Amino acid sequence: MMQFLKPTRDNLNTSLSIGIPLIALSFIDFLSNTFLNSNITSFLPGTLSYFFPLIIGTLGLYFVRIEFSGIRLLDNFNKNVNSSTFNAALTLLIIFILIKYTPPLLNWLFFDADFAGSSKDDCTSGGACWVFVKVWFKRFMYGMYPNPEQWRINTAFFILFTLVGAAFFVPQKFRKYIILFLLFIYPFIGIKLISGGIFGLKWIETGAWGGLSLTLIVSAFALILCFPIGMFLALGRRSELPVIRYSSIGFIEIWRGVPLITVLFMSAVMFPMFLPDGTYMDKLMRVIIAITLFEAAYMAEVIRGGLQALSRGQYDAAKSLGMGYWRMHLLVILPQALKLVIPGIANTFLALVKDTPLIFVVGLLELAGMIGLAKTNPKWLGMAIEGYVFAGLVFWVICYAMSRYSQRLEKRLSTER
Amino acid sequence: MNFKNFKIDFKNKKRLIPQVLTLAFIISVIAYFSYNAQINMGNRGISFGYGFLSQEASFDITFSMIDYDGSYSYARAFLVGLLNTLLVSVIGIILCTILGVTIGIGRLSQNYLIAKAAEWYVEIFRNVPLLLQIFFWYYGALRLLPLPENAISFNDISFLTIKGWYIPKFLWTNFSIFFSSVIVSIIAIFFVFKHAKKQREEFGKHVPAGWISIAIFFIIPALTFLIGGVTLNFQYPELNQLSDTVFNFKGGISIIPELISLALALSMYTATFVAENVRAGIQGVGKGQKEAAASIGLTKGQILKLVVMPQALRIIIPPTTNQYLNLTKNSSLAAAIAYPDIVLVFAGTALMQTGRAIEIISITMGTYLFLSLTISVLMNTYNKKMAIKEK
Repeated sequence: MMQFLKPTRDNLNTSLSIGIPLIALSFIDFLSNTFLNSNITSFLPGTLSYFFPLIIGTLGLYFVRIEFSGIRLLDNFNKNVNSSTFNAALTLLIIFILIKYTPPLLNWLFFDADFAGSSKDDCTSGGACWVFVKVWFKRFMYGMYPNPEQWRINTAFFILFTLVGAAFFVPQKFRKYIILFLLFIYPFIGIKLISGGIFGLKWIETGAWGGLSLTLIVSAFALILCFPIGMFLALGRRSELPVIRYSSIGFIEIWRGVPLITVLFMSAVMFPMFLPDGTYMDKLMRVIIAITLFEAAYMAEVIRGGLQALSRGQYDAAKSLGMGYWRMHLLVILPQALKLVIPGIANTFLALVKDTPLIFVVGLLELAGMIGLAKTNPKWLGMAIEGYVFAGLVFWVICYAMSRYSQRLEKRLSTER
Repeated sequence: MNFKNFKIDFKNKKRLIPQVLTLAFIISVIAYFSYNAQINMGNRGISFGYGFLSQEASFDITFSMIDYDGSYSYARAFLVGLLNTLLVSVIGIILCTILGVTIGIGRLSQNYLIAKAAEWYVEIFRNVPLLLQIFFWYYGALRLLPLPENAISFNDISFLTIKGWYIPKFLWTNFSIFFSSVIVSIIAIFFVFKHAKKQREEFGKHVPAGWISIAIFFIIPALTFLIGGVTLNFQYPELNQLSDTVFNFKGGISIIPELISLALALSMYTATFVAENVRAGIQGVGKGQKEAAASIGLTKGQILKLVVMPQALRIIIPPTTNQYLNLTKNSSLAAAIAYPDIVLVFAGTALMQTGRAIEIISITMGTYLFLSLTISVLMNTYNKKMAIKEK
C-alpha cells in the first residue's frame, strides 16, 4: 500500500493526478476564505477547517515530490521549494501569507491612498494620507529654513552631487583633483552657502536648519572627519610607544562603551561647562564633533582589524626598502588594510547615517524630528504612520544604496586571485 | 620590569618625544577643561560632589520594578532607571536571539522562498534607523490597538489594549523555597553534566545527560509544590468601569506600550545583525568537516551537535555578544518615547531638577561603560578559552 502511494517516476502520472488537484483544492479553499468570505470546508471542526488548506496543500506537494521525474520544471520546483515535507509546509505558509497581506498593504499604500488635496479633510478613502507628506514636504526637506532662501540648500547639494557624479565619469587624471576639492575645500564653500553671512547672503542660524538636508549635512561632515581620526587612533593603538598606545586604547574604549545619546547629552549640557565662561559654541558644531568622535572610535576598531590582517611580511618588506614609519604606512600598509575592511567601513558609515536622528536630544530636528513635529500639529493629528513610513523609506533608500555601492566597490578592488 | 629596555627608552629621543608630547597634550586638555569647569561652577554657586544622591528626588516614575515614589532619594531613582534599562535589554536580547537564529538559519535554507523572505527581512530592518522603528511602533502601530472595552483578549487571560498589555500576576506563597529549589536543580544539572563527561572520556560510557537534566529541572521544583508548601495562584486582569465611557483594567501586571514598542523595535533591529552572524558562523564551518564527520559514521544529529555547532559557535558568539552590548546601549533611545530608563530618569529628569550636569552625566556614562567593559572582559576570557589550540 505504502509502496503504491510513494511517488516515484514509475507512477508519475498517478502521483501527479493525485497531487495537483489536492494543491489546487488547497488554493481554492484558501482564496475563497480570503477574498470571498465563504468557507467551503465549514463542515469540518473549527481548527481543522482553518488549517485545511495547509494540510491538503502539504499532502498535495508530497505527491508531486518525485525524484528524477524527467520533467525539468517539476524537478526545479522540487529542488527549490519542495525538498521535504517541512519545506513544503513553509512554502505554502509563505505563499498564503503573501496572498493574504499583500493586497491590503498595496491598497493602503497606493490604491486607497489619497494623493490630491491640501488638508487632512481631503483624506477620505481610508488608505494612507500622502497629502500629509505632500503638504509638509518642504519642511521635511529643509526644516525651518526660510522658504525664499531654500535655493541655497538646493544649489549646495546640486553642486555636491554634480561633483560626485563628475568624479565617476572624468578621466583618472582629473578625478584626484575633484576628490581633493570635495574633501578639503567644498565643505567650507557649502557650509558658507547654507549659513550665509557673507556676499550679501542672509545669515541663517543653525537652529533653523532641519529636515533631510540637515541629516545629510551632519552625516557628510561626520563622515569626512571621522575617517582620518579613526585612522590615527588605529595606528595609535598598534603603536609600540606605550603612552600613545594606552591613550588610544582608553579613548577608543570609552567612546565605544557609552551610547551615542549620552554623548549627545554630554555635548549639550556638560560640554559648555568645560569652555571658558562666555564662550559659545554652535549647537550644530558640538553635535558634529560629538558624532565624529563617537564614530571615529568605531572606525578605529574597523581599521585596526585590517591592519592586523596584514601579514608581517608586508611590514618587513617595506622596512627593508628603507621606508620610515609614515611612508611605510601611507604607501604600503594602509592601502591594503583599508581595502580589506571596506565592508566594515561601509557599515560604520551606515551606522553613522542611521544615528543622525538622535540629534533630536539637543533640539535639532532632522527628518525624523520634523515628522515628530508635524504629527503633533493639531490639523494633522493621526498621521504618524504615513510620516514614519515616508521617513523610513527615505533612509532605507539611502542606506541600501550605500551598502550596495560598498559591495560593488569591494568586488572591484578585490585582488583575490 | 626589564631595566635594560627602560634605559634604551630614555636614550632613544625618537621614541621619547612623541610620547611626551602626547602626554603633555592630554594633561593640558584635561587641566584646561577642569579649570574652566571649576570657574563656571563657582560662578553659578554649585560645588562639585555626589552628595545630592541622598536627597529626596520628589518626582514620579511611570514604571518601576521596585518600590518607588517621590519621597525616595535620587540614588533610588537611579536604581529604578537602571533596572528598567536592564529589563528592556534582557527582553530584547531573548527576543532578538530567537528571531535572529531563526532568520539566520532561514537565509541558508534550500527553500528559495524562505531564503528570499529572510534576506528581505534583513535588508529592510537593517537599513531603517532604529529610532524611526521605535517611533513607528509607538506612535503608529500600537496606537491602532483598541480601547480597554474592546480589548483583544487571549482566552480571557491576558488583554492587549492601547494602554498596554495586561497579563496575569503570579501570586506565590513561600516563593523563596521554590526559588532555592530552582537553584539547587541547576547545580545538580551542572554535576550531572560533569559526571557524564567523565564517564564518556574515561570509560566510554554514554550517559543521557540531556534527558536526566530536563527531568531534574522539572521534578525538583515540582516537588516543592507537593511537600514544600509552595502555592501559585494567578490574579487575572479584569475590566473595570470608571464612568459611563471610561474603562480600564485592574489587577494583573500591565506592560506599558513604551516597553512593548521599545522591546519590539530593539529585537527586530538587532535580530538582523544576529541573523547575519549566525549565517556567517554556519557558513564558516568547512564542508570537509561535515563530510569527515559523516565518513566516520556520525548521524546527522551528532554531526550538528558535535562537529558543526562547536565550531560555528566559536565564530558566532563574539560578534553576537557585541550585538547584545549594542542592544543594551541602544535601549537608551527609550528617552525618545519616555520609557523611564536610566537616561530618561537620571540624565533627563534628575539633571533638570538638580542642574548637576557633570556628576549626573559621568554617573550615567560610567554605568554604561561598566556594563560594556565587564562584558568585554568576560568575552575575551571566553575567546581565549575557546580559541583553537594549535600545537
